[in-house]
Amino acid sequence: MSASRMQLLSPRSLLLLSRGRIEMGAQRPGSGPGVRSLTSPPLYPSSPGRALSSLSATRRGLPQEKMSENGVVSRPKVLTIDTMNPTVKKVEYAVRGPIVQRAVELERELSEGMKKPFAEVIKANIGDAHAMGQQPITFFRQVLALCSYPELLNDSTFPEDAKNRARRILQSCGGNSMGSYSASQGINSVREDVARYIERRDGGVPCDPDDIYLTTGASDGIVTMLKLLVCGEGSSCTGVMISIPQYPLYSAALAELGAVQINYYLNEENCWSLDINELQRSLDEAREYCNPRALCIINPGNPTGQVQSRECIEDVIRFAAKERLFLLADEVYQDNVYADGCQFHSFKKVLFEMGPEYANTVELVSFHSTSKCYMGECGFRGGYMEIINMDDEVKAQLSKLVSVRLCSPVPGQALMDLVVNPPQPGEPSYDNFIKERTATLSALEEKAKLTEQVLNTVHGISCNPVQGAMYSFPRITIPEKAIKEAEDIGQQPDMFYCMKMLEETGICLVPGSGFGQKEGTYHFRMTILPPKDKLEILLNKVKEFHQKFTLQYS
Amino acid sequence: MSQQQQQNGVSHRGKVLTLDNMNPNVKRVEYAVRGPIFLRAVEIEKELREGVKKPFTEVLKANIGDAQAMGQKPLTFFRQVLALCSYPELMEDSKFPVDVKQRAQRILSACGGHSIGAYSSSQGIECIRQDVARYIETRDGGTPSSPDNIFLSTGASDAIVTMLKLLMSGEGHDRTGVMIPIPQYPLYSAALADLGGVQINYYLNEDKCWALDIAELRRAISAARQNCSPRVLCIINPGNPTGQVQTRQCIEDVIRFAKEERLFLLADEVYQGNVYSEGSEFHSFKKVLFEMGPEYSSTVELASFHSTSKCYMGECGFRGGYMEVINLDPMVKAQLLKLVSVRLCPPVPGQALLDLVVNPPQPDEPSHATFMKEKTEVLAALAEKARLTEQTFNTVPGITCNPVQGAMYTFPRITIPQKAIDKAKELGQIPDMYYCMRLLNEEGICLVPGSGFGQREGTFHFRMTILPPTEKLKIVLQRIREFHLRFTQEFS
Repeated sequence: MSASRMQLLSPRSLLLLSRGRIEMGAQRPGSGPGVRSLTSPPLYPSSPGRALSSLSATRRGLPQEKMSENGVVSRPKVLTIDTMNPTVKKVEYAVRGPIVQRAVELERELSEGMKKPFAEVIKANIGDAHAMGQQPITFFRQVLALCSYPELLNDSTFPEDAKNRARRILQSCGGNSMGSYSASQGINSVREDVARYIERRDGGVPCDPDDIYLTTGASDGIVTMLKLLVCGEGSSCTGVMISIPQYPLYSAALAELGAVQINYYLNEENCWSLDINELQRSLDEAREYCNPRALCIINPGNPTGQVQSRECIEDVIRFAAKERLFLLADEVYQDNVYADGCQFHSFKKVLFEMGPEYANTVELVSFHSTSKCYMGECGFRGGYMEIINMDDEVKAQLSKLVSVRLCSPVPGQALMDLVVNPPQPGEPSYDNFIKERTATLSALEEKAKLTEQVLNTVHGISCNPVQGAMYSFPRITIPEKAIKEAEDIGQQPDMFYCMKMLEETGICLVPGSGFGQKEGTYHFRMTILPPKDKLEILLNKVKEFHQKFTLQYS
Repeated sequence: MSQQQQQNGVSHRGKVLTLDNMNPNVKRVEYAVRGPIFLRAVEIEKELREGVKKPFTEVLKANIGDAQAMGQKPLTFFRQVLALCSYPELMEDSKFPVDVKQRAQRILSACGGHSIGAYSSSQGIECIRQDVARYIETRDGGTPSSPDNIFLSTGASDAIVTMLKLLMSGEGHDRTGVMIPIPQYPLYSAALADLGGVQINYYLNEDKCWALDIAELRRAISAARQNCSPRVLCIINPGNPTGQVQTRQCIEDVIRFAKEERLFLLADEVYQGNVYSEGSEFHSFKKVLFEMGPEYSSTVELASFHSTSKCYMGECGFRGGYMEVINLDPMVKAQLLKLVSVRLCPPVPGQALLDLVVNPPQPDEPSHATFMKEKTEVLAALAEKARLTEQTFNTVPGITCNPVQGAMYTFPRITIPQKAIDKAKELGQIPDMYYCMRLLNEEGICLVPGSGFGQREGTFHFRMTILPPTEKLKIVLQRIREFHLRFTQEFS
């Protein structure tokens, strides 16, 4: 319990220990950086990748010069690239990587009047629906406005169901205000609504609000669960199986936590399906050097857009049971299923339908979010996770861990509540809600088909159907000469390709190498979210670019 | 259930994830503000709802600085703008003042697709970072601030943990050591446990109104150099849980110390708007650093944290906040940017709220008068409650209380009779935990025991927020007084 007990000797014993070494300690300049300052007179040895703006360099340079004039010896920073957390350095997150940074620069250059071969930058790198012009659901935003400024509850322009929902949310907030901290696990009534939503979704499989944790987007829940699972050193270090291609949150979190990433490859030839033999192969190999304890599944797939069959989910659950793996099911695209014959099956539902042998033993956590589906409310950072069969003592540790951050943002919790408890038939907002939701989902379906069709007409691009989620991940043929040129400048060939596309067309995509891909293959991820007319233009520009690029390097 | 499984012929097996094989660092994390006392308070609330008879009718949660849960009203201007940002159709509504509409329009224009539902840039919306930089410049008498050095965050906690994370390196004797005050806000000890950093305690001087003493910093760092590599010094000013406000002189001394000992400074300044004592004034580390001249201002590395949760706003639920980094190595800054990009962005409603905090209504704008009235009322009430709390506690034999110069808490020292200490030991509890649990069960008042923040061995304290409305606060103080007298009597 006591904070003073942790990590440290009591101050008294430290004092005793320190006698006689105080002098030495006080003189110690800090080993690593101290040495560097002697060998490299300028504070910042030039280094590739350091995009230091000239402005801040000047700003830094000036006082330093003065210092040497004053006879003050320059010294390196306490925190440098050499002395910082090494696991953070290993983190990569391509979705907002170098291409996006360049896109932001280009936008600024355009706004400053610089001439470019395009009039605007289209950021198709990220699943950010509202940024692409999707309108928020009226009902959601009405309730949020009422929760933000409850005086509007007296306003006759808001429908009764919106007011009732706002009152209910506010009543579960401390002091009836969204400005209060909530319980760290999330507002009780919201967790109850989430549990009822899951029960409805899963055909009556029971769900306990105590197993629901509201989170700051799904990312927060995923990182928290991975953190709990990390333990051991060397060959007993926790290994986590992730799909390749993957959503790079997983690789980034594993790098930061110092866990071992175990790659299993999705089968591109079979519409990015998951193959149990491949799981077995990668697991067997990984057991040589780590302790595989968790298996992550993204369904519907990001970036690959496949929707898992029920059969395949059963196989995965059996595999997890047999190999004693904790299952993490990333199901944030659960409403984004477009292909005929495809249907979303939650891991929870399939698990429970497989009978008590599985339902009572396999440990599972499932993630959802307000950012995707028809809502696209990314900015609110709402989300939840449901934990199943988790050890009670571990659950207590989880509750303790989330309490340190106090609570997830309450507006995001309120929004999550509306997503799991939308207007019901008979309520005044129902018709409009259904109309808006259907319009968004059917537009997405149309754009999924359009993207696949157009890209497959391009020689050198081949594209699986976008069965679900919000992205296309086509394979691109990059000519040998282009690969050479990329290698010459130290770039991945698909990074080289995407960077050229950005410079020439203003289209911002993410290279496949940011998600992982089989060696020798190249891809990019593109979101299907732009409005249809804009998407058509975008696809045509991609097509023209690809043809030009191929011609140039053939 | 396991019996049933065995009956069905299914062999019982252990979990994949158990207490024994989970992340050992997580097990070491402690966060007393929402620890056992708070969990028991939630249980008691449930029992009350179910009709269980108690010697009180409601639980008063004075464990946390949660202003609006205690009845503080949000600022009208803030909430009007947030309503417009949430539902822009309200722009047509004539009920809303023009400045509210302009502010909402400006925020929405800076959002992708003009919606707070879009992700923002990972560092935070650019125009908000510009407003933050201007706020800092105004606050610090013109000391320049660059929007490039501002990172918006999910409350201050998020940014504090991120900075600590960047600073972690080395193993064994080379492991990063972080100096934190004792008593401390337990986010620091929790984050250090989680990150595997070494916590270096420096003790605040209770006899001198919780002042920070440079000699004590020297003692702590010398002792710590035996077992780790001290690289960071955390300061909480105004203090949490101790409520002291640092003098300008003391801040200068700390900066000199940090430079001399090569420490990265983390200045937790979330209570910068909460200063009550006459003669006390908030000085930001940034301002003092720059006034000390280029020898310091161009070398000492500093990160300063602020939040929408405290001061007069008390908007905890929105999780808004920022940090400003000074003299951060540009390559490390690039790594920081990469790290925050993995979580995409801080909540946009919280960013919007932060913008309003740093850019409130101006004297010529229609919302200015109401805004000033509301803000002044909150701060005046807090100042009054700070005095009331100190005065009342100091009349109780066995409770001594430093003035609450700032922040939102009192951290009085309590005398616990030897017999009660023995009783607590019998129950396997820390004496102040036993004291607080009894207080909760008998009076329905939820406090946090001093052991959750750290305290000198043999001394006992509790943290109580001064946020309840004055009338309620008087009752709470009275009931704590009665409990303390009864408790002392019982064990003497």
